[in-house]
Amino acid sequence: MNKWEDNKAWFLVIPVFLIVAVSAIIPLMTVVNYSIQDIFGPDNRIFVGIEWYQEALSDHRLHAAFQRQLLFSGLVLLIEIPLGILIALTMPKRGWGASLSLVLVALPLLIPWNVIGTIWIIFMRPDIGLLGSAINGLGIPFDHTAASLDAWVTVMLMEVWHWTPLVVLMAYAGLQAIPEAYFQAARIDGASAWSVFRYIQLPKMRGVLTIAILLRFMDSFLIYAEPFVLTGGGPGNSTTFLSIYLVKQAVGQFDLGPASAFSIIYFLIVLLACWIFYQALLKVGTGDKQ
Amino acid sequence: MNLTWMAWTLPTAIFFIAIVSILTAMTIWQIKAPSAERKGFLPISTTPGDRLFIGLLSSAFIHLAWIGLTTLNLWIAFVIALIWIIVLMRWG
Repeated sequence: MNKWEDNKAWFLVIPVFLIVAVSAIIPLMTVVNYSIQDIFGPDNRIFVGIEWYQEALSDHRLHAAFQRQLLFSGLVLLIEIPLGILIALTMPKRGWGASLSLVLVALPLLIPWNVIGTIWIIFMRPDIGLLGSAINGLGIPFDHTAASLDAWVTVMLMEVWHWTPLVVLMAYAGLQAIPEAYFQAARIDGASAWSVFRYIQLPKMRGVLTIAILLRFMDSFLIYAEPFVLTGGGPGNSTTFLSIYLVKQAVGQFDLGPASAFSIIYFLIVLLACWIFYQALLKVGTGDKQ
Repeated sequence: MNLTWMAWTLPTAIFFIAIVSILTAMTIWQIKAPSAERKGFLPISTTPGDRLFIGLLSSAFIHLAWIGLTTLNLWIAFVIALIWIIVLMRWG
């Protein structure tokens, strides 16, 4: 390849670089600038140093939101990954049944996030909602707008309904990619269904499952629209996750300085999690078993 | 171009100039003398770029831990982070 072709490649990269610069790097720089100042207006700002960081790191509401977020993301992974694998295992492998089940499974993924929240508000209403009134009809008092546990159950149900299909599709793709020869060999050896899963299907799905875990962790860690529409972070603060708390602080109270400091901390945590998962993905890619 | 809306301050300008300078220097270094991955005391094989990223990210957490856990001067954390990055780049 000569030098001119190399340079042409650079021209193709420049637009992407500019888009990333405008959409990510410049706003991030601005947030860093805001995080060390008390901003009253464009020309009215006071340098406060690390004060907002000290405030954010000692803010018990932020700690609580962080714990809630970790619990939420942990539960998401604990439920969605095994459930996704289970559904993928039971789906038809070929024929019209395979196509139909793929379309049906993918449906929740096509609905916009804020619409999902609205659907579940109506679905879970104790008076007119299909599921909400059914649960109350069984004699179990259920109201996601009044009880913290009910709100959590509703948010988890919504999240699992919305995003398990992604895990299903990925696990299904992983299962379909396993050569038939493995299953034939297992049948000859008289392997049980569990052994086939444990020693053939699960190891072969390792790559796609790592990506699924990465995507679900990151998405759930950054979740905002669905719980905000469904519960608004309530009742009380029981479903106020990190991003909801951040928006309340920045938009609701217009505390741009503290919200910026908190954003930087949030960004660093997400960056760390991304890097850890990226390393895990690299290991999967190179087939490193350690 | 009017950059008032970005609310620049001298410390943040110095911070970003330092980051850009480090990245530029690393890029020039890589072009002049391309380096290979190697294994140091870190549990993974890394290039100098990887080690710089790990160093910068961990330095940010060192500073945050310092702010959250102590009331001591932040410059001490800065010196610790600087030593950590140097150790990481050399033996990581």
